[in-house]
Amino acid sequence: MKRGPSAFNLVSLTLGFAFLYLPILLLVIWSFNASKLVTVWGGFSTKWYGALFQNDQLMAAAWVTLRVGLISATLATVLGTLGAVALTRHGRFRGRTLFSGMSYAPLVMPEVIMGLSLLLLFVALKIDRGFLTVTLAHTTLTMAYVAVVVQSRLATFDRDLEDAAQDLGATPTSAFWQITLPNIFPAILAGWMLAFTLSLDDLVIASFTSGPGSTTLPMRIYSQVRLGVSPEINAVCTLLIGVVALGVICWSIGMKWRAVARPST
Amino acid sequence: MKTKGATTPWPKLSALIPYAWLLVFFALPFLLVARLSLSDSALSIPPYTPQIDWSGGIEGLKVFFAALDFDTYKQLGSDSLYAESYVSSLRFAAEGTILALLVGYPMAYGMARCKPATRSLLLMLVILPFWTSFLIRVYAWVGILKPQGLLNAGLGLVGLPPTDLLYTPAAVQIGLVYSYLPFMVLPLYAVLEKLDYTLLEAAADLGSPPWKSFWQVTFPLSIPGVIAGSLLCFIPMVGEFVIPDLLGGPGSLMIGRSIWMEFFANRDWPFASAVAVVLLLTLVVPIVLYQRQQVKALEAGQ
Repeated sequence: MKRGPSAFNLVSLTLGFAFLYLPILLLVIWSFNASKLVTVWGGFSTKWYGALFQNDQLMAAAWVTLRVGLISATLATVLGTLGAVALTRHGRFRGRTLFSGMSYAPLVMPEVIMGLSLLLLFVALKIDRGFLTVTLAHTTLTMAYVAVVVQSRLATFDRDLEDAAQDLGATPTSAFWQITLPNIFPAILAGWMLAFTLSLDDLVIASFTSGPGSTTLPMRIYSQVRLGVSPEINAVCTLLIGVVALGVICWSIGMKWRAVARPST
Repeated sequence: MKTKGATTPWPKLSALIPYAWLLVFFALPFLLVARLSLSDSALSIPPYTPQIDWSGGIEGLKVFFAALDFDTYKQLGSDSLYAESYVSSLRFAAEGTILALLVGYPMAYGMARCKPATRSLLLMLVILPFWTSFLIRVYAWVGILKPQGLLNAGLGLVGLPPTDLLYTPAAVQIGLVYSYLPFMVLPLYAVLEKLDYTLLEAAADLGSPPWKSFWQVTFPLSIPGVIAGSLLCFIPMVGEFVIPDLLGGPGSLMIGRSIWMEFFANRDWPFASAVAVVLLLTLVVPIVLYQRQQVKALEAGQ
């Protein structure tokens, strides 16, 4: 039997990817439409982007979202990496089942439940809802994703390298910093990026845990969308998609470059 | 000679930090939800009674526990709207998962049959929507499905009558499949890519037609991917809020939306907590199954 895609494979791939990408593509096109109606092409225009930067509320929300994303992704990366190391390296320890359960559960836990439960925690601890609480909530949500990404890299990492370093006189700590960490670093970086984009994206948990003055961009977008499709929101969305696409493309070029550079060193 | 486990350079402390974090920010909040579901709604800040009165000492705690009751659950049981809402959430999620499987399986299969270079490009194309905002992707469908939207413009061009899909259960279904498709394709692809194609050659040599080889060889071997993908879609779909809220109408009952409404619109925190507790109990079995699967997959990689 020959390998290679059949006509059926090609058709299903084409239809599948069209389904995934057409709506996003249309959104990008609409954002440049001078007309307010989606079905009428009023000519190419960037006026919605201009209007966007005049919109103080949206700009303030974008700034909050960016800060929450940077801080929570960094915290989540540290915590998630520590958790992944503990789960792959410490073997069996007391409470391991609970720990691994808590590490995976946020991946599938309905956001509404996580949002509600975190809110009740902050109320019980008498912490005012605002920037801090959203950041803590996002850290908890995203550290699970970091842990899974790092753990799958650690699982395939050859531990003999670590042992070899120690046989050659490295202390366990320096073997970790000089051998293990550089090896799992791409996964840590990928985990950080994933955590950052998840934080930028989250509506539900942020709605429960934020307070006045810490409205995030998705919350702003959501309240506008409820009033109907608006060209300005199309422009925000296009910018967000652009930033993410650029990030992913840079990332994959970086990975290729690394792969090319590796053998010569 | 040291054992493998002892070579770990990390003191126990480094494991303790994420553990403690999860206990405080993940496990403890669930206990609070359970406790609040036994309280009563009240016009105060925070809007429920009883509150623990620490100054009362043991007596205060006794009063507190005496005031807890199952009223919210009785209310939940007596209102058929909520029972319908749970059933309809489970149905939406089950249908959405099956549709995602029907769309995702041929995609994953097609990807696995491509050349390695094409494969990695296609893999990136599947992952890319995952990085773009969920909210934005759902919102894009509003513009397509609304009465003066693109779908009807397209139907008009080919001479078909317009349909009004926005704010119907069908729109919710489209949104669910669209948003969760990458979650289905990725685990399926991971399994199908590793499939040993010499098995199919062997089946063909023994006279098996391709469709029969598929059902007797390929599909059974891809079952772990089917299970992982289905759970990864089904569990979050049940509690979905954004999709039914933006694309569904009053007829598209989903429980995530009910919790949101009880909390934000009615400000009934105890009742919202009770709805959440019941939702969590419904999801316990699939979540445990999913975790077993994860642990097995990671151990297989090791």
